[in-house]
Amino acid sequence: MIHILSLKVENRAGALSRIAGLFSARGFNIDSLTVAPTDDPTVSSMTIVTHGDDAVIEQITKQLNKLIDVIKVVDTEGREYVNRETALVKIHTAARDRAEALRIVDIFRARVVDSSPTSYTVEVTGDSGKIDAMIGLLRPLGIKELVRTGKVAVARERGGSGKS
Amino acid sequence: MKLTGSEILIECLKREGVDTVFGYPGGVVLGLYDHLHQQNDIRHILTRHEQGALHMAEGYARSTGKVGTAIVTSGPGATNTITGLWDALMDSVPLVVITGQVPTNLIGNDAFQEADIIGTTISCTKYNFLVKRVEDLARTIKEAYYIASTGRPGPVLIDLPKDVTFATTEFSYPEDVHLRSYNPTVKGNKGQIKKAATAIRKAKRPVLYTGGGVVISNAGKALRTLAKKLRCPVTNTLMGLGGFSGSDPSFLGMLGMHGTYKANMAMYDSDLVIAVGVRFDDRVTGKVDEFVPNAKIIHVDIDPTSIRKNIHVDIPIVGDVSSVLADLIAELDKAEGPLFDPAEREKWEAQIAAHEAEHPLGYTQSSETIKPQFVLEKLYELTRGNAIVSTDVGQHQMFTALYYKFEDGRKWLTSGGLGTMGYGFPAALGAQAAFPGERVITISGDGSIQMNIQELATAVINELPVKVIILNNHYLGMVRQWQQLFYKENYSQSYLASTPDFVKLAEAYGAVGLRATKPEEVEGVLLEALRVNQPVIVDIQVDPSENVYPMVPAGMANHQMVFSDPDDAHPVPVPDRNDKKQPAKTSVKASAEPRG
Repeated sequence: MIHILSLKVENRAGALSRIAGLFSARGFNIDSLTVAPTDDPTVSSMTIVTHGDDAVIEQITKQLNKLIDVIKVVDTEGREYVNRETALVKIHTAARDRAEALRIVDIFRARVVDSSPTSYTVEVTGDSGKIDAMIGLLRPLGIKELVRTGKVAVARERGGSGKS
Repeated sequence: MKLTGSEILIECLKREGVDTVFGYPGGVVLGLYDHLHQQNDIRHILTRHEQGALHMAEGYARSTGKVGTAIVTSGPGATNTITGLWDALMDSVPLVVITGQVPTNLIGNDAFQEADIIGTTISCTKYNFLVKRVEDLARTIKEAYYIASTGRPGPVLIDLPKDVTFATTEFSYPEDVHLRSYNPTVKGNKGQIKKAATAIRKAKRPVLYTGGGVVISNAGKALRTLAKKLRCPVTNTLMGLGGFSGSDPSFLGMLGMHGTYKANMAMYDSDLVIAVGVRFDDRVTGKVDEFVPNAKIIHVDIDPTSIRKNIHVDIPIVGDVSSVLADLIAELDKAEGPLFDPAEREKWEAQIAAHEAEHPLGYTQSSETIKPQFVLEKLYELTRGNAIVSTDVGQHQMFTALYYKFEDGRKWLTSGGLGTMGYGFPAALGAQAAFPGERVITISGDGSIQMNIQELATAVINELPVKVIILNNHYLGMVRQWQQLFYKENYSQSYLASTPDFVKLAEAYGAVGLRATKPEEVEGVLLEALRVNQPVIVDIQVDPSENVYPMVPAGMANHQMVFSDPDDAHPVPVPDRNDKKQPAKTSVKASAEPRG
C-alpha cells in the first residue's frame, strides 16, 4: 500500500541523512523523497512516498517521530491532501513529430519550456498518474532525458472545493 | 567572563554533576587535557583502549543511574568508540561521548587522524552534534545530557574540533532545554490504563514480563507492589534481572532462549501478559507465533517504536514505567471487590509449579571437574547477592543469569542487545570507580576476557579492585555448543588452547592471580579473591563439555525446549595443554543431524 508522509524537520546539516539512513537501516522502502524550504528558515518540509502494510507504515511513522530532528510526521492516508509532482521531459522531435508533440503537451496542459530544431523540453505538473500518462504518450516520439521532482503534498483546508 | 572551549567544556561537565570521566588523550584534544589536568573536581580515568573507556562509562551509568561520560581523540580514537556506542544504544544506556575532531578548516580534507565520526555514528547514537562555533558549545552540552538521560536513554556524541577548544567566548550555561522536536511521553494515557486495569481484573493466568525499563526507571518497588497486589508471577528478561527480587517465590527466572522452563511455559499458558519496559526481543520470543498464543498483551514502554515492532499488542501504553505503574496501581485500587479469584490463582500457581517439577533448573555435579554452574552457586552463597556483578557474553553470561540471584538491577551489568564480548571487565571498572566501597565482580570466559584484557592496567593503576572470575573452558563455549548441537560437532575455530596463563598475566600487570582446577578448590579461591583488596583474576578451569540448558533451538518456539545433550553426543575434544592447534574434526556418525 502506497503512503505519502508529510514531514516537518529541523533545517540542520545531517537531518536528511538521518532520515534516509533510517529507511535503509530498517529495510523500509522509499519510492520518492523531496526536501524543500518552508517559510520558516529553520524548518524544512519533506514528502516521502513509501509503501508497506499497516504494521510497517506504523513503524515507519514511529521511527521517524523518534528522530530528534523530526518535528512532525503526518501520514496523508485517509486525510484530504493535495499532492503534486513536476516533470521535465526532453523529447526528440523529428520534423514530422513536432505537431504531435505539441498536441500532447496541450492535452495535458503542459508547457514547452525549451525548444531546439530537434527537441522540445516539456514541463508538466499534476498528480503522478497524469505525469505517467503523458510520459506514456511522449515515449514513442523518443525521450532524451526525463527528471521528476517526486511528490509534494499539503493538507486540504476544510470547506475547500478544489479538485485533487 | 570569556572562556576557551576547553574551559567551557569542563565547566559544563561540572554543572551537569559529572565527577568521573573515562578517556584517552590524543593530538586534537591536548588543549582539553591540558585544562583537565589543572582542576580537581572531575576525576579522569585513563583507560588502555577507547572501547574500554566506553564500557567503563556504561558500567558507571548503569550502576549509578547517571549519565556516563567519555572523552577520546579524533580518527582512530573516535572509531574505537563505535562498539560501545552501539552497545549503549541497544541497552538504553545514557552516555555523552566527546570526540576530538581536526580543526574546522581541515574538516573534509582527509586530514591526519580525521574520521567523519558524525556520519559514522548517526546510526549508533541517539543523537550527535558537530560543534563548529564555540558560542554553541555550552548549549550543545546541555542538550546532549538532556537527550542522553531522558525518554529512552541512549548515547549522545559531541564532535569537538580542535580550534573550537581554543576559541574563546562569553560563558553562560543555559538553565533549561527546550527542543520542539523532542518531547518524550512520560505519563501514560488514562484511557489505556483503565483498559489495562479492566483486562487485569478479568485475567485468570496473568504473568508480568519485565525488562530493563524497570531498572532504568527505578520502578522495582512499584513492580513489587503490583506483583504482590495481583499475586502475579514475574519473569525477567536478561536486562531486567534484579528489577524483581531473584529470591522471591513468585519469581519465575529469566525467560527466552536460555530461560527457565517454568518462565517460558507460564508465558505460553498465560491469558494475560503484562509486559513492562521490554521490547519483545527475538531471544525472548523465539518463534513469535507460538510465543504467547493464548494471551492478551498489555505493553508499557517509553519508546513508542518498541510497541508493535515485533508482536501485536492489545493494550499499548506509552510512558515512563514508574509513572505508568503508579497510575495503574491507583486505578486498580479504585476498583470495588477483589482483583482476582484466589481459587483461580491457586490453580495457576499449581500449573506453574507442575512445570517446574517437570523440568527444574539444574545440572549434574561432578567430583572430578568443576561445573561452571557450581561456581556461580558458590559465588552467590558467598556474596548473598551483595555485589555488583558484570558479565561478558557467552555461556558464562547465561550461567550467571540462571544461577546467580539478583536483588537490584543496578547491580547487574551485562551486554544484552549487542552481545559485546569484552564488555564485562571495563563495565565493572566503571561501576567500581563510582562505588569504591562496593564489591564488584566480573564473570567472564577465556574468550571474552581477552577482548579487553588491557584494562587490567587501568584497574591496577587506579586501584579498582575488581574480581574477575574466568570460567575457563579453553573454548568459545557458546560457539562450541552451537557447533556441537547444530554443526555436527565440527569445532571450527572455537578452540582457544591454554594460553595465556591468566595467573602469570595478572601478576605481570601487578594484579593478583589465582587458579582452581578441582571442585574442592573453588570455595577457597573465591574467598581469597573476595578477601584481597586488589584487582584479582581467578582462573577457574571448568568442564569444557558443559552446555547451557535449558535451550530453545533457533527457529523453535519457547515451549519446545531442550534440557540435556543429545544421547549420541561425543565428549568435547580437549587437545593436550601444549597443543596450540585446533582439534581435528570429530568423526561424525551418519545420523548426527543438527537438531532444530
